[in-house]
Amino acid sequence: MRDVLLVIPSILMMAAPILIAAMGGLVSERSGIVNIALEGLMGIGAFTAATAHYFMEGSLGGASVWVALILAAMAGLTVSLIHAFASVSLGADQVISGTGINLLAIGVPVFLAQIIFKMERTQPFRIGMMPGPGGVYPTAYIALAVVLATWYVLYKRPVGLRLRACGEHPQAAAGAGIDVVAMRYAAVMASGALAGLAGACLVLTQTIQYTQHTINGAGFIALAAVSFGRWTPKGVTGSSILFGTAVALAIYMVNVESLRGLPPEFFSVLPYLITLGTLVAFSGKDWAPRAAGKPFDKGRS
Amino acid sequence: MARIDRAARGPDSAVRSRSLDAFHFLDIFAASDARMSVLVVLLGFLAGTLIILAVGRNPGGMFAALLQAMTGWDLTRGVWNIRYVGEWLAISTPLILTGLSMGFAARAGLFNIGAEGQYIVGLTIAQFAALYLPQIPVVQVVLAVALAAAGAAVWGGIVGWLKARFNASEVVATIMLNYIAFFLSRWVTMAIPGANTYKTPNLPQSAQLDAGFLQRLTNGSNLNYGFFIAIASVIAFWWIMEHTRTGFALRATGMNRDAALASGIKAERSAVTSMAIAGAFAGLAGAIVALGSFGYGRVLSGFDNYGFNGIAVALVGNSTGFGVGIAGLLFGLLASAQPLMQSRGIPKEITLIISGLVVVFVSLRAGFRMLLAWRRRAALAVMATKAESETVQGEIDA
Repeated sequence: MRDVLLVIPSILMMAAPILIAAMGGLVSERSGIVNIALEGLMGIGAFTAATAHYFMEGSLGGASVWVALILAAMAGLTVSLIHAFASVSLGADQVISGTGINLLAIGVPVFLAQIIFKMERTQPFRIGMMPGPGGVYPTAYIALAVVLATWYVLYKRPVGLRLRACGEHPQAAAGAGIDVVAMRYAAVMASGALAGLAGACLVLTQTIQYTQHTINGAGFIALAAVSFGRWTPKGVTGSSILFGTAVALAIYMVNVESLRGLPPEFFSVLPYLITLGTLVAFSGKDWAPRAAGKPFDKGRS
Repeated sequence: MARIDRAARGPDSAVRSRSLDAFHFLDIFAASDARMSVLVVLLGFLAGTLIILAVGRNPGGMFAALLQAMTGWDLTRGVWNIRYVGEWLAISTPLILTGLSMGFAARAGLFNIGAEGQYIVGLTIAQFAALYLPQIPVVQVVLAVALAAAGAAVWGGIVGWLKARFNASEVVATIMLNYIAFFLSRWVTMAIPGANTYKTPNLPQSAQLDAGFLQRLTNGSNLNYGFFIAIASVIAFWWIMEHTRTGFALRATGMNRDAALASGIKAERSAVTSMAIAGAFAGLAGAIVALGSFGYGRVLSGFDNYGFNGIAVALVGNSTGFGVGIAGLLFGLLASAQPLMQSRGIPKEITLIISGLVVVFVSLRAGFRMLLAWRRRAALAVMATKAESETVQGEIDA
C-alpha cells in the first residue's frame, strides 16, 4: 500500500505534461483543426524552457522556472502560427503542415543548441522545479488549472460555444456571424501555447537538460488521449491520467523485485501498447468534431 | 456568363496581357506538381541559407559540402574522391524506399507515419535471418531480404486492417506501432546469445549485400546491391500504380472513397493492400541498412529517422515512383552532406531544418494554387464586367 502511495507523485509528474498538451489538442480539434504538431511544439517548449532556465537560475533563483514556463508557452504559440497560417488561412492539409512542424522541431532545437552551447543538447541546469508537499510537483496544479479553464471556457462561455460550432459546422457558424478564421487561429495558438507549456513542465520536472529524446512521443500520446477521451475535457483528463500512469509504472516497475525477470523494454512498450489498444477499442469517427481536419471554405455549404 | 467561360477555357491572350503578367512567373511553377516541387525545394534551400546567415555562419560552407557530397570534389582542399558519390547513393537507398512506402499509402488516401516502425521490423528480421538461416551464399541474403519485406508488410498491413475494420486513425496507430516496433526490436535483439546492449555477433558474409565491383568503382564506399533493389522498387511502384488493377483500385480509393465504393471497389481491402505494400518497401529499406552498412546486427538506441524523412521524400516526389526516386536522391544528398557541413562549422541539423521547411512549404502549396486561382478569377471578373458594360453600351448605341 505504501508503495502505491509513493508512486502517485511520479504518476502526477508523468501525467501533467500529457494532460496539458492534450487539452491544447482538444481545444484545437474542437475548433476543427487537427494538430499533430503537439509533439514538435512540446519539443520547442522544452528546449526554450531548458535554455532559459539554465541562463536565469543563477540570477532569478526560484522565480526562474516560472519565467521559463511562460517563455516556453510563448515559443510554442509562435511556432504554432505556422500551422495556423497553413491550415486555416491557406486550407492546407493539416496532417502535412503538422508533420512539417514535427520535422522542424527535430532540427531547430539541436541546431540552436549547437550555436548556443556548442553541443547537441542544452547545458544541464542545476536544480529544476522543486516538488511541493507530498513530493507533488507544481506542474500537477498547473495541469488541474488548465483542465478547469479549458472546461469553463469551452462549455460555460459564449466564446466556447462559438469555438465548438466552428468544429462541427463551420459554414453554419459563419452564417451565424462567427468569424471562423479568427476562432480557429485562436484555438491553434492556444494549443501551441499549451503544448509549449507542457514541454516545459516535462523538461523541468523529469530531466535536467533538453536532448533529442526528451519528449519521446509524449505529444503523440497526448494526441491519442484526445481521441480516446472522446473530445471532452473530462474524458481527455481520464485518458491522459491513464497514459501517464502507464508511463510512470513503466519506470517504477523496473525496480520491483518480483518483476525483475522481465526486461525493461517490456515496461517501456506498455504505454504505447495501451494507447494503441484503447485507440482500437474506442475508435469510430462518431465522437470526433464533424469538421475536424477539413479546411474551411466559405463558398461551400 | 458564356463569355466568362470562354475566357476561362482558352489560353486567351487578352487575359494574360491585362492583369496576369505579374503572376506569369508563378504560373509557370504552378503548372505541374513537379515544378511546384522544384520551387518548394529551392525555397527550402533559400530559407536554410538565410538561417545560416542569421546565426553568423558562412552559407558557402553548406554549398561546398553539398557539392562535395554530390561530386566528390572538395573545393577547400582541391582534391577529388569518388567515394563521396558512392556514399551519397548508399544513403539515398533507404530514403528512396521509405519515400516509396509513404507515397504508396498516400496514393490510396492513407497517411503512413509508420514507415519508421516498418523499417525497424524489416531491419530486425533481416538481422535475425542473417544470424540464424543456413549460410548459403546468395540464397541466404535473398531470403533475408524477402523475409524482412514480408514481416514489415504484415506490420504495415495491421494498420490497414485496423483502419478498415475499426476505423482506427492510421496516423495515431502508426505512431504507436513505431514505438512498439522500436522497443520490441531492442528486446528480441538483446536476447540473441552473444549480444550486448548495442550490437550482436558479426553477421556472416553470405548474408551481406556488399558488392565488390561497386566498392571498387566508388573507392570503397558503402554502396551495395541495395541500390539496385531501390531502383527495382521504383519501377515496381510505377508498374503497380499505373498498370495493374490493384493500383487503379488504390488510386480510385485515394481520390474519392465514396465514388470508389459505389463503383464496386472494396475500399477496406484497398486499405490493407496499400499499407502492406507500403510496409514492404520500408522493410526493404531496413533490410538494406541491416545487411549493407554494418558487419554486425544493431541493438537500436533510437530511431534512425529514415522513416520520418521518407515523409518529406514522398511529399516532394509527389508520391509517384520516379518523383520519389529523385526526391530520395535529393534528401540523400542532404543527409550525406551532414558530416561535411559539421566539419565546415555549419551545425549539421540545418539539413533537418531544410527538410522540415520543405514539408511546410509543400503544405502551403495548396494555398498558393488557391491564391493564383483567386487572382485569375478576380481578373476574369473585371474583364467580364468590362465586356458586359461594352455590350450594354453597344445595345444603347444601337
